[in-house]
Amino acid sequence: MSSAQAEPELGLQKAPTGIEGFDAITYGGLPKGRPTLVCGSAGCGKTLFAMEFLVRGALEFGEPGVFVAFEESPEDLATNVASLGFDLADLQAKNLIRIDYVKVDRAEIEESGEYDLEGLFIRLNHFIDQIGAKRVVLDTIETIFSGLSNQAILRNELQRLFHWLKDKGVTAVITGERGSGQLTRQGLEEYVSDCVILLDHRVIDEVSTRRMRIVKYRGTVHGTNEYPFLIDEEGFTVLPVTNMSLVHSVTQERVSTGVAALDEMLGGEGVYRGSSILLTGTSGTGKSSLCAHFADATCRRGEKCIYFAFEEAVEQIVRNMQTIGVDLRGWIDQGLLIIQATRPMHHGLEMHLATMQRMIARVQPSTVIVDPISNLQSIGSNMAISAMLIRLVDFLKARTITALFSNLTSGDQNREMTEVGLSSIMDNWILLRDIELNGERNRGLYVLKSRGTNHSNQIREFLITRNGVHLRNVYLGPEGVLTGSARVAQEARERERQALAKESYERQRALSERKKRALEAQIAALQAEIDAEDLLATSEARDEDARLTRSKDDLQEMLSSRTARNVMNNRQGE
Amino acid sequence: MTEMALAPGAGMDKYILTLYVAGQTQKSIAAFANLKRICEEHLEGRYSINVVDVAKHPEVAIEHQILALPTLVRQVPKPIRKLIGDLSNTEKALLAMEISPAT
Repeated sequence: MSSAQAEPELGLQKAPTGIEGFDAITYGGLPKGRPTLVCGSAGCGKTLFAMEFLVRGALEFGEPGVFVAFEESPEDLATNVASLGFDLADLQAKNLIRIDYVKVDRAEIEESGEYDLEGLFIRLNHFIDQIGAKRVVLDTIETIFSGLSNQAILRNELQRLFHWLKDKGVTAVITGERGSGQLTRQGLEEYVSDCVILLDHRVIDEVSTRRMRIVKYRGTVHGTNEYPFLIDEEGFTVLPVTNMSLVHSVTQERVSTGVAALDEMLGGEGVYRGSSILLTGTSGTGKSSLCAHFADATCRRGEKCIYFAFEEAVEQIVRNMQTIGVDLRGWIDQGLLIIQATRPMHHGLEMHLATMQRMIARVQPSTVIVDPISNLQSIGSNMAISAMLIRLVDFLKARTITALFSNLTSGDQNREMTEVGLSSIMDNWILLRDIELNGERNRGLYVLKSRGTNHSNQIREFLITRNGVHLRNVYLGPEGVLTGSARVAQEARERERQALAKESYERQRALSERKKRALEAQIAALQAEIDAEDLLATSEARDEDARLTRSKDDLQEMLSSRTARNVMNNRQGE
Repeated sequence: MTEMALAPGAGMDKYILTLYVAGQTQKSIAAFANLKRICEEHLEGRYSINVVDVAKHPEVAIEHQILALPTLVRQVPKPIRKLIGDLSNTEKALLAMEISPAT
């Protein structure tokens, strides 16, 4: 009546619900001080939505609330929401919440003449004043239509009630069951004109999906899409919990993929922190092994990693990776690695996304691995998967979390076409492929794209050994790349050639050595000859001297024998 | 509205009735008048009426599950019976309270 016009054009004040995601799509929550109709079929989560609005209001926004239950007894209510971690008894003891159970039983009540619902007003008013409530939930008020028969009175009273709630200035949530042809059975939407929210729970391809739509929200902008939501042990979550803008902070920091040779192929230093990596390959090409290396490398840096496994159980992954020398158990025990193994069919896509986002928000890892995303195809169309992954990638990028997504491709399809059209949202794309040659199947790896890095254009052979994953250069032969035993053979040939060369060198060396030695021998022989000649020469000289001395002596002798005769003269005369 | 009790008569079933109202509204006044008339006509000397103003005692409304007003509750004889409205429909009121019309 009057207070509704309190702030006419000044923009609507809003009461945050505290429900994850909901306040984002409504830009702040429910219209403050006004009633909101939340309708949907049985089991769609109306009561939970209302209860979470109330409890979070009381706990997080300092707004106590009154819950008027027309359907469930306070005991049932308390039990139902206890699973969400709401302790109603405690909240009531702290005067934050009041629960009024209004029992309407047609069998017990007879009517005679005119009446009104003043009793309800009085009770509500009493509770509101008692705890200074700012929020009220009426769940589900239509129940009174089945308990009381005078429709004209009831409609009149409902209208009066909604006006009264506005006057009271409380933010109210009124739940209503979905009727045929209209939003609620009794057409409550006629009375609640400010905000109407429709909840829906449907099963598509045997997977249940919950959706929410804001049918009407007077005086404010709001998202008009159908938003998926889910209910789990932490309450109500409306997706997307992130906005879809392309504003992420980027970093120059590189992180290792855990395989040194791969880091080298990616410009020498691995991938950028916070980038996304798509790893595609046919079955058995070693996707999971590479994932394990990636996880291992993260944990080695002392950072946290969440590994979402859609194919294998935790123990199986741990065991299998043990055989290639990657010890994941140790990281799990240290709390650095969390392997979350679920079957895709376990939830719908939205539920998967939400559980992942929640876990990521809680653990705050630096790396997230999803192995493999292709398994999600069993529960959603390619378009839905693509939409989900875009949201997940955005969510991760906003937190600078490096992400690795493996994707199984079938053998015969074009390898460069990912089934879910993912390549455009991924920064790096590593392709693992079979190379069939000479009756063998070997693994090849190459980097198809890597945004912002000078990545290698080469194919490397991908080996899975007991000591982990190794990359080898492949040989290029006339028939193309050589891998596996062909490469081994090539390597053998290479070795042989080297051995041969070495041998011939050795032989050559020995030969020249021998030759040298022969020459040296020759030199020695010649030297000996020279020495012999020298010796001869010396002895001849000595003989000559001796002869000369001797002839001189002879002459002397002769002279002395001719005595004093004029031998001297004779001799001089000669 | 004042609370009042009439002395029960001897013999036959006694009727202990509580009328819940909210203030002196047209409906409460009409309900009380109608109840008084019915009791005088059919239960003379063997009834008591207790009038409770829930506007003054909201906790009573909560405790006794009072939603619509006025509400008449037949405490005795058992079982407890609830009748809402200003009791302008005498037939229905008699039926609901299981009062057989005096012959």
